[in-house]
Amino acid sequence: MQVPAPFEYERAESVQHTLALLERLGDDARVVAGGHSLLPMMKLRLATPEYLVDINDLRGELGYVVVAEDMVRIGALARHADLLGDEALAAVFPIFRDAERLIADPVVRNWGTLGGSLCQADPSEDLTTVCDALDAECVITGSGGERVVPMAEFHQGPYETAVGDAELLTEVRFPVRPGGSSAYQKVKRRAGDWPVAASAVAVWLDGGTITDARVALTAVGVEGTVDVDEALVGRPPSEEAFAAAGALASAASDPVTDARGSADYKRHLAGELTVRALRTAVERALTSTPTSTP
Amino acid sequence: MQVTMTVNGTEVTEDIEPRTLLVHFLRDTLGLTGTHWGCDTSNCGVCVVWVDEQPVKSCTMLAAMAGGKAVRTVEDLERDGVLDSVQQGFMECHGLQCGYCTPGMMMTGRWLLDHNPDPTEQEIREAISGQICRCTGYSTIVRSIRWAATQGQGSPVTHTTETAGTPS
Repeated sequence: MQVPAPFEYERAESVQHTLALLERLGDDARVVAGGHSLLPMMKLRLATPEYLVDINDLRGELGYVVVAEDMVRIGALARHADLLGDEALAAVFPIFRDAERLIADPVVRNWGTLGGSLCQADPSEDLTTVCDALDAECVITGSGGERVVPMAEFHQGPYETAVGDAELLTEVRFPVRPGGSSAYQKVKRRAGDWPVAASAVAVWLDGGTITDARVALTAVGVEGTVDVDEALVGRPPSEEAFAAAGALASAASDPVTDARGSADYKRHLAGELTVRALRTAVERALTSTPTSTP
Repeated sequence: MQVTMTVNGTEVTEDIEPRTLLVHFLRDTLGLTGTHWGCDTSNCGVCVVWVDEQPVKSCTMLAAMAGGKAVRTVEDLERDGVLDSVQQGFMECHGLQCGYCTPGMMMTGRWLLDHNPDPTEQEIREAISGQICRCTGYSTIVRSIRWAATQGQGSPVTHTTETAGTPS
């Protein structure tokens, strides 16, 4: 029987209460949201916090998805099912629906959260890659107020983030720029499994020319985005350009051989999934109304 | 610590260790052994119950986290001797062999039909994709849930409603 090591349970009533609890309890405390990553680690005794601060009652404060013209703001307690079902979000960033359809399984998606996914900081986690591709910023709240950290600085290594002991990730912000779209492509072995590899793409076009492209990869040993400008920026979209970008993604990847596949196979996937995601994202950008859809 | 929650319409208060998982609280503390305990790794889904009307793998939720919430288990599907149409469907269509996955499958099936009364086979397969059956190959489970869909309204979601599931 897998049961976590003993700990004390605290239930937070608000963001301010959470911060007060975290300040009092110090670095032996962990925040639990959906719990679908942290509790399995606690059951395996890979995580042994002395205090667990349950923030699920903060849904009213942090469970929102707000889609505005120039910015999408998502509260840290928005659950996977919320992100999957949000039509306004899918219209602006279809990459969320692509990714969420394939994260874990429908029952798990009822509980896992955006904030929990980012803070767990598992290198095989999908939403981190989505946030990287969309150039997101993380709002971290402490007793002294908010600070905004770009995705590039949020993760400081596997399972490590920029969130301090007495701080809480409260919101993730996504800039909306006109003329763009996005897509996520992933291969996993079966329902509920972690990805073998995945690619997240955001691309912007102006007058039939690619003006910017961001590519991020999941589970292949790359943090942050892969520079594909050379293959795409300033060019019209074409299979040749996509293939060149895919080759750059493949070359940038540094996967390990494990039960999910060989390093060679994962390198191949990094390239091929990037090509497919680019194809989809560009098609979406070209078929949406250029002035109203980013 | 003390935890209070509503389980199948009845408020319960118990002293528990904070680390008690919801599945063990239901089975060992309350004696509701209809909810099964399987892989312990949130993969198999035999432990699915509802918490505030959302299916959850109860091996991956602390009993403490369910405090103040309404839990519904497989024991609540049947009302006054009348089976829920999903339960009836599993009988009609041979939806179980060993029965180990059945409580989780039925709780997810009931939830699906409450939100999508006429699901396609593909939608049923997607809904139960986080749950494992080693006997049936899933075909008869899918058929059972489809059978229930053809019976119209199943069991009421809230306990205040008096009309229980009435498979016609």
